[in-house]
Amino acid sequence: MSERYRTGDRVRTSTVDPDHHTRLPHYARGHVGTVVGHDGVHPLADLSAQGIQQRQQVYLVRFCARELFGHGDHSVTLSLWEDYLSHE
Amino acid sequence: MSDDHDDSPIAAQVRDLEALLEAKGLIDPRELDQVLEAFAAKASPANGFRVVARAWVDEGFRERLLAGANDALPELGLSMGGGLQPQVLHVVENTEDVHNVIVCTLCSCYPLSLLGPSPTWYKSTAYRSAVVSRPREVLEQFGFDLPQDTQIRVWDANAESRYMVLPRRPDGTDELTEAELAALVTRNGLIGTAAV
Repeated sequence: MSERYRTGDRVRTSTVDPDHHTRLPHYARGHVGTVVGHDGVHPLADLSAQGIQQRQQVYLVRFCARELFGHGDHSVTLSLWEDYLSHE
Repeated sequence: MSDDHDDSPIAAQVRDLEALLEAKGLIDPRELDQVLEAFAAKASPANGFRVVARAWVDEGFRERLLAGANDALPELGLSMGGGLQPQVLHVVENTEDVHNVIVCTLCSCYPLSLLGPSPTWYKSTAYRSAVVSRPREVLEQFGFDLPQDTQIRVWDANAESRYMVLPRRPDGTDELTEAELAALVTRNGLIGTAAV
């Protein structure tokens, strides 16, 4: 499966608040982070919840706390499906 | 709709769904109970303690564990299987400069087989929301004061992977056996809300 993003790439998360299940938490929406690794290929949770199986690359994306919350010097790393991301 | 995973409504939905599947004859309740009981019997934080102690005494194992925990666990007779589906485990290592903390902000995802049943606070909205935005304050509430210059990495198990923290080996433990080292480790140390 082709990978759209590589380790070190800067990516922005989607701002969409869908009316179906998703695994992109509110606090991580519309923010810029850095791909720090790949986390396997898994069925996209948003579609699985609708009975559709579509496997897709998942990325480990690290965000600075200041980017997410406007304060803090820690980082937060999430596993995000390719559909949640765009190139920054 | 990522914040609708509160425990009680989900638990009620799962019970309703299970009853419906049983009524339609699609699942055998005894088979389901057997799977869950077998899994619960093996799920213990003692497993995590053994993994940590081995990583402290065996540099090769430590490297394999950090590179790919699922491939290293069978060396101790452990695995991330046993549940309804195998899961990927990432072991994240504390160092002099970096401290790791795990959370699932969407529900309460947690490596049960290695850490045992998760504590109530891990599933609480208070922990899940506070630890991502103000981890240092949360650790202080656990009585754990990190040096100010230690960088904190929070890992959100929001998707398919699970996390376990590899704590730093305490000073003055050179003479201890692997079993004695395992006895030093706590469940909170594996989550990152304690030093060890």
